[in-house]
Order: sequence, then structure tokens, then C-alpha cells
Amino acid sequence: MAIKIALAGNPNCGKTTLFNALTGSNQFVGNWPGVTVEKKEGKLKGHKDVVIMDLPGIYSLSPYTLEEVVARNYLIGERPDAILNIVDGTNLERNLYLSTQLLELGIPVVMAVNMMDIVEKNGDKIDIKTLGKKLGCEVVQISALKGTGVMDAAEKAVKAAAAKKFAPVHSFHADVETALSQIEAMLGSEIPEEQKRFYAIKLFERDDKIGSQMKTVPNVESIITEAETSMDDDSESIITNERYNYISSIIGSCYTKKNKGGMTISDKIDRIVTNRILALPIFAVIMFIVYYVSVTTVGGIATDWANDGVFGDGWHLFGIGSAAAEDADGEYSDAMNAVMAFVEASGDDALIEAMDDESEEYDPEAAQAALDAFAATVSEDATADYTLEDEETLATEDVTYTGADFADGVAVVEEYGLEAPDPADYGVWIPGIPALLENVLGGTPDWLHGLIMDGIVAGVGAVLGFVPQILILFIFLAFLEGCGYMARIAFIMDRIFRKFGLSGKSFIPMLIGSGCGIPGIMASRTIESDRDRKLTIMTTTFIPCGAKLPFIAMVAGAIFNGAAWVAPSTYFMGIAAIICSGIILKKTKLFVGDPAPFVMELPAYHLPTVGSVLRSMWERGWSFIKKAGTIILLSTIVIWFMTYFGWVDGSFVMLAEDQIEYSILGRFGNLISWLFAPQGWGNWQAAVASITGLVAKENIVGTLGILYSTGDASVYQNISAAFPSMIAGYSFLAFNLLCAPCFAAMGAIKREMNSAKWFWTAVGYQCGFAYLVSMCIYQLGTAITGGGFGIFTIISVLVVIGFIYLLFRPYKESTTLKANVKVAK
Amino acid sequence: MQTLKDAKVGSTVAVVKLHGEGAVKRRIMDMGLTKGTQVYIRKVAPLGDPVEVTVRGYELSLRKADAELIEVQ
Repeated sequence: MAIKIALAGNPNCGKTTLFNALTGSNQFVGNWPGVTVEKKEGKLKGHKDVVIMDLPGIYSLSPYTLEEVVARNYLIGERPDAILNIVDGTNLERNLYLSTQLLELGIPVVMAVNMMDIVEKNGDKIDIKTLGKKLGCEVVQISALKGTGVMDAAEKAVKAAAAKKFAPVHSFHADVETALSQIEAMLGSEIPEEQKRFYAIKLFERDDKIGSQMKTVPNVESIITEAETSMDDDSESIITNERYNYISSIIGSCYTKKNKGGMTISDKIDRIVTNRILALPIFAVIMFIVYYVSVTTVGGIATDWANDGVFGDGWHLFGIGSAAAEDADGEYSDAMNAVMAFVEASGDDALIEAMDDESEEYDPEAAQAALDAFAATVSEDATADYTLEDEETLATEDVTYTGADFADGVAVVEEYGLEAPDPADYGVWIPGIPALLENVLGGTPDWLHGLIMDGIVAGVGAVLGFVPQILILFIFLAFLEGCGYMARIAFIMDRIFRKFGLSGKSFIPMLIGSGCGIPGIMASRTIESDRDRKLTIMTTTFIPCGAKLPFIAMVAGAIFNGAAWVAPSTYFMGIAAIICSGIILKKTKLFVGDPAPFVMELPAYHLPTVGSVLRSMWERGWSFIKKAGTIILLSTIVIWFMTYFGWVDGSFVMLAEDQIEYSILGRFGNLISWLFAPQGWGNWQAAVASITGLVAKENIVGTLGILYSTGDASVYQNISAAFPSMIAGYSFLAFNLLCAPCFAAMGAIKREMNSAKWFWTAVGYQCGFAYLVSMCIYQLGTAITGGGFGIFTIISVLVVIGFIYLLFRPYKESTTLKANVKVAK
Repeated sequence: MQTLKDAKVGSTVAVVKLHGEGAVKRRIMDMGLTKGTQVYIRKVAPLGDPVEVTVRGYELSLRKADAELIEVQ
């Protein structure tokens, strides 16, 4: 049978580094059943039959935080063969507090004192031998970072496991000892002798979770009360005090500190970084750098490269030739606009058809002949009006070209042979995956071609396209966490965020979320408190991300005549949604059960190693691909199928892109459009566009573009006509910005929540919230502007009243952990 | 009654008693703030809350609302 060794220690004591050093790449990462606490185990290097279980970093075995309950249930329930207790030598006193509890469990303990190199550098001394003698367990000194002594520590733990030697238990104050031995005597034979001390102490502390581990719980209340009266304190405090007293009594003889008043380098850094005046500017600069690099520049370029290059047409190797190709493309399309202005104004159908370069019969030579003939008839002082359409937002702009512009244009387009310049002709061009596959899929049937290109490749692209950006962000996060600044962010921002039930660390997910929600959600990983993390995941995507901007611009342009206030208002709406959701949700049953005391250690600053930063980056990036990939890929394929298949004249066929009204999706849109009548946009086009927005939010623009490009009017005019009022338009905007994000972001939510129940809770909350907000906007907005009053107006008023109640109702922070943690046997 | 919340930045105080109950109280004690412990108040966060203290040789931050539970002298 394999030997199980549990690795236990405080947060920030180098436990992860030690675990990696002991197991190498031989790790399995999962979750503790039913909770979002990460569970890591691995095989000890060179020992196939030794499993190392990495417990969550904890300060105590109290019953109040999820991590602590998970760790103690594992230790009591699964009983590992030995505990390897890693202790931070630079912070010995507090670290030994957990050790005193581990030593009582009746499991052999080996203690590894870490960061001995720093202790020595500070001029302090720890007498390892005396410490071991006093504690009654094997103590070794290690440096997890440098890898010295780690294998020795592990091998000692293996030996201890085989020897089954338990530490003699330290004794507390005489009154406490009397009470504990009385309780021990009352424990039945179901509890093994070596564990009796642990159970007795927990019972003495009135621990509310220990009862569930025992068959019969003896009534010890009178013993506790007696001890409490004689010591004038509650039993939990008595034990804690006794532990620290015990530590103080042993530490004096084995720990000597060199200089008491001196400032370490870490102190000096901290004096500047969290200085009352400088802290906020420094924070702003660091956040700006993180955002600028991971979203705007490097990360943005990497994502564009992955999405438009690898999973698009292709890219220029190292950017060689891309500037030239862009210039050529710009020059050609400008010239073509001037030419087409006159061509379309001519009213000559044959000419217009010949010049249509999107037609399948387009022949550049015939076009040139037709254009030459036409050019001769255009005089220099003639003018023609033309409407330009922006590719991203479909916004239109009216331009007037002169005959001279036309002549110049003809010269340019003929220079290019009347064909748009191919980027492959410039620099070093590497075709994208779709372009490569296109060659292979030459003769395949349309449906297979579509499935592969628009379903699978697009889906895989949606998963992998975000990976470069996520990896870059994770380098920053790993560095900020590793060097100790992340804890200071919580310290600096706590005052603002805790009012909404969030952590100071929620700032980073929200900031990154304004660029892209996926890395934003993934960034919530740095928040320790389970409640704060879940709330952050649920609310981060309310902030408009980059992909929502074209959609916002389209609504602003089409329905609000390009009003400048629309875009900023969506950010305020997003922030308001986060604040209100935070306050409302933290008071609901979902969250009220979890106490979140903010008593946080501020670890000393130190430079993390390159290896640990890269390792953390890779683990998180990989888990996104693995855990989020499936849902993104599947949903992209489903939406592709629904968009491209449908019924035409009674038969089920594959459709072209512009036949979306016949598709399954179109039918479905028709079926559910009544749902959005209270929102003021109960038409199937809007419903369908909202669904395609789930693939990627910018798709809403494209879908509306296809659905509304009918008749002579522009897309914008048609959209404007389809929405009864500006209020309905804003309601549509609000719904799509607040409802469930794109599939890729939903995949990230699923990964971070790591529970189907919480995933659906998050997505359901977002959709429900969006539905009610957009309804209230339309109904109340319409009523206020005198547009009528109906049943939904009354419902909306009730919703607003309920909302205000939820926002201001009194609430009390819980003092016990309600969550139930099970340990699989 | 003087609490840790009112203690001046730069001063060193000793813990007399802990008030409150449950998770917050236990957490404060677990982190080493027990009876008789010396606490040095290092600084207050830029926005006025939380505070940073040195206890048992390391830095700890806690909110003023929680610091109010700690009676000191």
C-alpha cells in the first residue's frame, strides 16, 4: 500500500515550492469534493509508493474557514501516514501555532524549517536540535527555493510513517489538563488512544464541527464551564492562549534574534509602497502597467495574432510586410470607394455588375474594360455622393467624390489589376489554420466544410485565441502574488470593495475585465476568500469588455444618432451593476453563511523565482484550456448548427449566411421573442442577435447587419425603425451588456467556480438581473416620458421596490461556517 | 476601555482582552493576538482603513471594525 504524507503549513511559508520540489511534474490537480478549494497530490520523486498530499495553506485547525475545515477533515478522516509540517523560519512563533495542533492529531510529524538561508542572513539563529527535542518530533532545516534538504525532509517523513512514532504531547496549564483528561476519560473506545487528545481539545473548545466526526458526543459542558470559571475566559481563548504560552516557553531556548529594532529591506520597501500619500499613485502606476501590457499592447497583439492570424486568414512572420500590406489595402479600398461612387451613380446595371468584386463571376479583365469605357465619360468637375460603411460597427458616413478623385482612383485600382491586394504578396506570409484547411477541404460537401470551418475551427480558435493573453496576465499575477504586493493591494483597496461584499483584490479582475472578461474572471484566482471570489466571478463581466464596444457604438450610432453619452453610460451601468449585485448577493442565503474575517498576513517582500512564476502561469493557462475548452467548443458548434440549418419551403437544408431568418435559430428567436416584449424589443431579429452574441459579443453587430440589410435604407436606418424608441434601444443595449457573457467567458466562469451548481447560479443571476434591469429601463422610461402605462409598468415598479429592499435590508455577518465539507473515504 | 482601533500609529500596546465571538475572534487569536501580546501599530492604509500592526515578529492587517474588539493598554 502506498504511503500517504500530508504537506501542511501556513500560507506564504513556501509550501507550494516545497511540493513542486518534492514531486516535480508528477502532480495531479483537482478539487476537494463539493468545494472550490484546490486539491493537489503528487508522487514523491524516486519513490513510486509515496504520495504527497498538498493541504491548503492554513493558520489553524479552527472550524471557521473552508480551507481549515477541508484540511482537518482530511487529517482526521483519511489519516495520512505522516505529516510533513513546513514552517517559515523567519516567522517561527506564529508558524509553530499550527504545529502544536498538528502534533495532537496522533499522526507522526516531521517538521521542515524553511527559509533557513534568510534566517542566517538576518543574523538570527534557530537551534534545530533543541527545537526538535522540545517538540518531540524530528526537525530538519531546508530551503525549498534552493532545494536544499527537501529530499532529506521527505525521507525522514517516510521513515516516521513506517515507525509510527507519535510525538509526546505538550502540556497546558494544570486546570486545562485536568479538564482535558476528564473529557478524554469520557471518550468511548471508538476513538483510538493517540487521537483522544485532539478530540478532547476540540470538545473543550466547543468546536461545532467535531460532533459530525464522532458516533456519540459525550456531554462535557459542566467540565468546560468549571475550567472557564477558574480561568476567567472562554474555553476557545484558553486553548489558544495556552498554545502561544507553550510556544513562548520553548522558543526562548532555541531562537535568538540578532537585532530587534533594525529595518529589513522588506520594511523599507513597504514604507514607500504602502505610504499614505504614495500608495495610491504607485498602485495606479502598477495597475496601468499590468493593463497596458496584458490588455492593450503585448496581450492585445497576442490575442489578435491568435484570433486573426492563426485562426484567421494568416499573419506576417515577425510582422515583416504587414505595414506594407495594410498601406496597400488602405490605398486600394480608398481608391475603390471613389470609383464605386461614380459607378453606382451611373445607374448602368451592366457596369455595376461587372465591377462587383464579391460576385462569383467577377473577372478583373472584363471589369477593367468596362471601367475604362466608363472612365472616358466622367468629366473632371462631376461629383458623386457615396456612403461609406465602417466594417466593425456598420456606421455610415456620406462622402462626396469629385471627378478628379475618380480619375486618381481608376489609376490606382488598375495598378492593382482591379483586385484587392493579397497580404500574402507582402513580406513573409504564413497562412492561418482556416486558410490551410481550406486547401485540404476543397471537394468536401458544404455541411462538412461548414462544420469544420465555422464550427470546430472557430470553436477551437475561441478557446486558444485567448490563451496568449491569459498567459501574459498570469505572469503578472504570479509575480505580484509571489513578491507580496498582491496582499498589499487588498490592504490598500479593502475600504472601497468590502462595502460591496468584495475583496480589495477584486480590483484586478474588474480592471482586466474592461479589456476582456476571460482573463478578468481567471484573475479572480488570487482572492483567498471563497465568498469574495465567487462574488467577483459573478460580477466581473458586467464591465463592458472590448468585444462589446462595436455593439455599443452600433446602438449609439443607429438609435441615438451617435450621442456621445451612450458609451460612458454603459461603464457607469456596469459599475452600478457590480456594486448593487455585491450588496444584494452578500445578503442572500447563497453567501450569508460564510464568515470572511479580514485578518490578513502581509508577507515580507521577496523576489519570486522565474521558475515559480512560469509554473504558476502554465498551470492556470492549462487549466483554462482543459476545463473551459469543452464548453466553449461544444456551444460554438451548437450555435453554428442552429445558424446554418433550417427549413426552406418545407425541407430541412443547409443555409447561406444571409438566410438566417429561415434557420433553427431564426425559428427559435421567433419562439422566444415574446419574452422580450416587456423590454420593448420583442422582435425575433433582436432575440436572434442576442443569442449569436453568446458566441462573441461583437457578433451581435454582424447578425443585426445581416438581418437588417433589406431595402434601400441603411442597416442603421432599419435598426432605428425596428426599435420603437430610444428607450427600447437602451433596454436592448443594457440586456446584452449585463446578461451572460460570451461562451468563452462562461467557460472561464465554469473553470473558476468548479461546480455545476455555482456555474448555473452565476449565469442565471446575470441573465435574470439583465432581464429585470432592461425591463425596468423600458417600462419606467416609457411611463416617465408619457408613453403609456400597463401591467408591466406596475411589475417594474414592484421590481424596483424589491430591489431597493434587497439593497438596504439589514443583515448580520455570520460567525460560523455553514458549508458542509465531506471527505470522500 | 482603550481598543486597538484607537491606538496611535507608532505606539506599542499590550493586548488585555478580546471581545466578540466566533470566527472573527478565533481568527484574531489564531494569528497570535492573545492576552499579553505586544502589538506595534505600524500604519493605517491610505484610505483610512485597515490598519497594519506588527505582532510576534510579522506584519498583520486588520480592519478597524475588528480592531475595536481588541482591548489594549
